[in-house]
Amino acid sequence: MTITEAREGPVAQQRPLEASKPSRANRSFAGLSTGAAATILIVLAAVATFLFVEAWPAITDSASLSEHVGWIRPEKGESLIELIGYLLFGTLLISAIALVLATPLAIGIALFISHYAPRRLASALGYTVDLLAAIPSVVYGLWGAIVLVPFLRPFFAWLTENFGWFPLFAPDPVTGLASPTGRVALAGGIVLAIMIIPIISAVSREVFLQTPTLHEEAALAMGATRWEMVRMAVFPFARSGVIGAVMLGLGRALGETMAVYMILSGGFSYSFGVLQSGKHDTIAAYIASQFPEANNYGVSALITMGLALFVITLLVNMLARWIVSRRSEFSGAN
Amino acid sequence: MAIFTPESSTLGQLTAQRRFKNGFATVLVYAAFVVALIPLIWLSYTVITRGIDRFLIDENGDANFNLDFLMQSMRGVVGGAITGGALHAIWGTVLITLTAAVISVPIGLLTAVYIVEYGNGRLKRAVTFFVDVMTGIPSIVAGLFAYALAAVVIGPGTKTGFTGAVALSVLMIPVVVRTSEEMLRLVPNELREAAYALGVPKWLTVIKVVLRTAVAGLSTGVTLAIARVIGETAPLLIAVGFADSMNFNLFDGRMMTLPVYIVSEWRKGDAVCNDTSVPCLPEITEYRAWAAALVLILIVMTLNLLARVISRALAPKTGR
Repeated sequence: MTITEAREGPVAQQRPLEASKPSRANRSFAGLSTGAAATILIVLAAVATFLFVEAWPAITDSASLSEHVGWIRPEKGESLIELIGYLLFGTLLISAIALVLATPLAIGIALFISHYAPRRLASALGYTVDLLAAIPSVVYGLWGAIVLVPFLRPFFAWLTENFGWFPLFAPDPVTGLASPTGRVALAGGIVLAIMIIPIISAVSREVFLQTPTLHEEAALAMGATRWEMVRMAVFPFARSGVIGAVMLGLGRALGETMAVYMILSGGFSYSFGVLQSGKHDTIAAYIASQFPEANNYGVSALITMGLALFVITLLVNMLARWIVSRRSEFSGAN
Repeated sequence: MAIFTPESSTLGQLTAQRRFKNGFATVLVYAAFVVALIPLIWLSYTVITRGIDRFLIDENGDANFNLDFLMQSMRGVVGGAITGGALHAIWGTVLITLTAAVISVPIGLLTAVYIVEYGNGRLKRAVTFFVDVMTGIPSIVAGLFAYALAAVVIGPGTKTGFTGAVALSVLMIPVVVRTSEEMLRLVPNELREAAYALGVPKWLTVIKVVLRTAVAGLSTGVTLAIARVIGETAPLLIAVGFADSMNFNLFDGRMMTLPVYIVSEWRKGDAVCNDTSVPCLPEITEYRAWAAALVLILIVMTLNLLARVISRALAPKTGR
């Protein structure tokens, strides 16, 4: 007790001494870094503000919007708000396909690297999976559109023939077949899944590695097999972390543009037929396809859609971060 | 309290069912990894084999290795002419990405310094939270923001290289903050205390001790952040647009960038070859797109490798 007091003594005395004469350089550097931090908040506020300012004409003046923009047709049930509804549905549907495909794979990969792979190889293998994230989305789009879609076409046809009774795989009501182009929601979802796997697996891997070694050893000492150890020690510990990882993947999938834009042939409907082309489109892909040719009114309408996308991804990401941070508070692992 | 013999455990005998479940799970986990490698290998193979074509055929349509693709722009290239390259796009990508880095690195680095060294209370929590939120901004929204900013400040329809750099900065700043923050946290507190004990003021401690110690990690983080934004397409499509000629001026006129070049060549579809007197290749647009994809992937991979080399070379010597 006396020793600690003696050690703390001089430190406690130094503090007022340092604080008594803060030099100008000290203050200006502190001010500079605080200013940079404040810039972040300003930028985020500016994103919301400028999008809102540019979207305002489209939100308020729907009459001249339908007059000047060719693809807004209230008489056909395609006013701006109805379009956003269709696009939102398409975005959510394709992201859901991507999540369903990617989540089990990504968890498997994370588990492989954290608990199954030989120790020496683990970090190199993890780096290989991270390379998937380094490939630009436009290259995924090019590969998906030219190579993957033709490859998947026979598989899609087989799905509709044999499982056409299942609503998701229903054939086109007009032709009674799967889409001849293969540019369908499922193809977009598959490519999106490949793109979000590295994100989900990287975060899950970190969480799996944080499992207390004592928990794992306790499970093994009770005679558990490796899989039982994973189920008893790793999964309960990592559950909310993995949920957060999946939500982060969802955030990425919702905003992904180029891959969907290059693969999907777009259209508007609330159809669940993921093997029918011309039925779905996503907000981001629709903006990318219409923006280069849009006039001032069209740009305003597209920015309104962008604002909607911004709000949705913001909510998803905030929820994900909240889940992840809540977990770290409870588990005490950081 | 139960008493365990070596033959039994809390979980009971190792039955055939448990053994099977364990084996099955192991197979599934290994399979998941193999499945994830398939697209990586398939895509790399496709991009390399198809991307190399453009370098193997010269302007007369003969098989000759040449680097025309890296030395020509698309100015005056029409139809299926076997000329035209991505020089303008490579320059555009380099200029716009560097500008974005010049904007984002100081802001990102200083923000990380604020969070780790100075921050406290509500502002620190807000900044940490909103950096996370900013990481999730869809890239196309960043493009729309830069476009809207230019439309309000300069005038509607403004598309310049600098607008694109602003869009990329919005995506790059949070990445720089996140990685730098982690690197600064790794600097041991003893180093800071040693500097204070010698009477070094705080700002000098941060610059000469903390940042110097973390320089390897910081350079790696910045390189990876550049590698991340260099492949961004959607924001540049929105904020910079297309161009066929060289343009070195970031503040005047549209520019081409590699990712947008890929999209624009792909969108053209097959060229029409009616005149048999000139060399013509209908699929030339697709070849150009693949070649640009190859160049882009090589740039990204080089940056990734560079990041690893930097972190090895500059890492402070530790006991391990």
